[in-house]
Amino acid sequence: MGRYVIRRLLQLIPVFLGTTFLIYVLVWAVPGDPFAGMCGERPCEPGFIAKMNEKFHLDDNIFSQYFQYLGNLVQGDFGETYNGNSVGELIALRYPVSVQLAALAVVIEAIIGVIAGVLTGLRGKGFLDNLVLVSTLFLISLPVFVTGFALQILLGFELEWVDPVVSSDPTLGELLLPAFVLGSLSLAYVARLTRTSLMENKRSDYVRTAVAKGLKPSRVVGVHLMRNSMIPVITFLGTDLGSLMGGAIVTEGIFGIQGIGKMTYDAILQKENITVTGVVVLLVIVFLIVNLLIDLLYAVLDPRIRYE
Amino acid sequence: MSDPTAASTAVDSAGAYVTAAEHAEPTTGKSRSLWSDAWRNLRKRPTFIISMVIITFMIILAVFPSMFTSADPTHQDLQRQMLKPSADAWFGYDFQGRDIMAGVAHGAKWSLLVGFFASLLTVLIGGTVGVIGGYAGGWLDGILSRIGDVFFGLPFVLGAIVILSAFRAAGLKSAFGLVIVVVLVISALTWPVAMRIMRSAAISAKQQDYVKAARALGANSFRIITKHMLPNCMAPVMVYATILFGATIGVEATLSFLGIGLRAPAISWGVMIAESRDYVQHAPHLLLFPAGFLVLTVLAFVMLGDAVRDALDPKLR
Repeated sequence: MGRYVIRRLLQLIPVFLGTTFLIYVLVWAVPGDPFAGMCGERPCEPGFIAKMNEKFHLDDNIFSQYFQYLGNLVQGDFGETYNGNSVGELIALRYPVSVQLAALAVVIEAIIGVIAGVLTGLRGKGFLDNLVLVSTLFLISLPVFVTGFALQILLGFELEWVDPVVSSDPTLGELLLPAFVLGSLSLAYVARLTRTSLMENKRSDYVRTAVAKGLKPSRVVGVHLMRNSMIPVITFLGTDLGSLMGGAIVTEGIFGIQGIGKMTYDAILQKENITVTGVVVLLVIVFLIVNLLIDLLYAVLDPRIRYE
Repeated sequence: MSDPTAASTAVDSAGAYVTAAEHAEPTTGKSRSLWSDAWRNLRKRPTFIISMVIITFMIILAVFPSMFTSADPTHQDLQRQMLKPSADAWFGYDFQGRDIMAGVAHGAKWSLLVGFFASLLTVLIGGTVGVIGGYAGGWLDGILSRIGDVFFGLPFVLGAIVILSAFRAAGLKSAFGLVIVVVLVISALTWPVAMRIMRSAAISAKQQDYVKAARALGANSFRIITKHMLPNCMAPVMVYATILFGATIGVEATLSFLGIGLRAPAISWGVMIAESRDYVQHAPHLLLFPAGFLVLTVLAFVMLGDAVRDALDPKLR
């Protein structure tokens, strides 16, 4: 197990370097002047440009720029924006609400999705099964922003059950609707994945053995069947947590949540390159670590898997 | 569906397809191939028929939009700004006083073009890299997989925004130029998924006797891959491609919604939805009709993908 963890961590290094370098090149080496539109309508003063070029090493080639950035990053320094704000502090300020949103979305997915999947997977064909299949199909086809708009209009403006836009420091209750919107697509996948997985395992030998031993149905389902069927579902939920933390740009935009997604989107539009790089680097780290943890969780769930 | 990488979960275990032809029990005396067997099964499925009807309709709409509307989608008349649907204009008019029905009919082309070319390119890149990695194994597979991981690790929406806003600064004017850029960006960020599916199918196929037999007969790697492995590895990738076609249309709409995807003169459904966002409270029909067509199309492709997967997967019979 220990050796496996070390090998996986070593594998992360080239992926981390590759992804961050790719982002760095995409953000910095793009055609166009990084100072365009930074000083209002007028072009920037030559003195300002020279100062910024020196500060951000823009005159060096892209490789040396990247490694200087990486060197600072290792020391926990995400750099600062052109206006002199620390990117690390900006992220620390905005990130908690995005993490809350993503976590809440995954919890909603897990609860509703697994319940819908278990109910249909155990019963098999029938009204409920068709209902879940059709409604998940519909959810999969809806782009997140359409779901967001529709629910915002319906619940926010027409029925006035919730505020259409959340406050600057939202409570968990306020985040409930945005989290549902964010997780709606994955919710459908979780329900289908649970259903398929249960249906496959229901016919397996170990379930037949457990029933033949005379175990109570609740124990057969709860311990034998669920433990094995949940492996793909947990993988999916974990990967989703990693990607939702970076994928909330649309949802945060619709509901006016001051999270990391909105910050990144604004930063891209305003060409705050340091901020963009910082956020993406952070998200990549989160994504890679979450994926590693899921791989390790396999061994806990499925004792047949051994890491040598 | 705003993240095409999620669509991969619809394709379960790639290995299940590979040996399908061997285990399929021939009902008639004559043995059939996996594909003709799947086709016979597919024809009888109601979801397949429904989705094919919708898709055929959308394709006709995209190719001959003037069959359905005689109005000019670009003609603006502020006198009829945001008028509700009526007998004159079934879908009403938008903020600029343009006929929404004409817009939807002429927008189908752009949405479908992006969907088709992005899923085709994704499968071509991902499939080629995947089959090479899976067949070769060893260090080449390691390198290709790590490159895939690099692209896979990029959050999709963020990556797309970064690349597209760069191209936006470069300033593209022609409609086809815009489509090509969006297609390239979507495929650049989604190909690792197609690669993983193809790679696992190729690894299972490599162990099969027919591949060993071909090698024993002296076939070179190119021949083994193209003649023996590809036909047996295509099934899971085809399922993914079908679902991806629909997903990509949704992705294009999401990008256009963020203001970085398509834009005039390539007015897709996504662009129409994005334009409606400020007025949607007072005039919901601005959102309803383009979004309805968008959802219907995505739905049709997801349904088709589901039907094809069920038909190709012998385990579910």
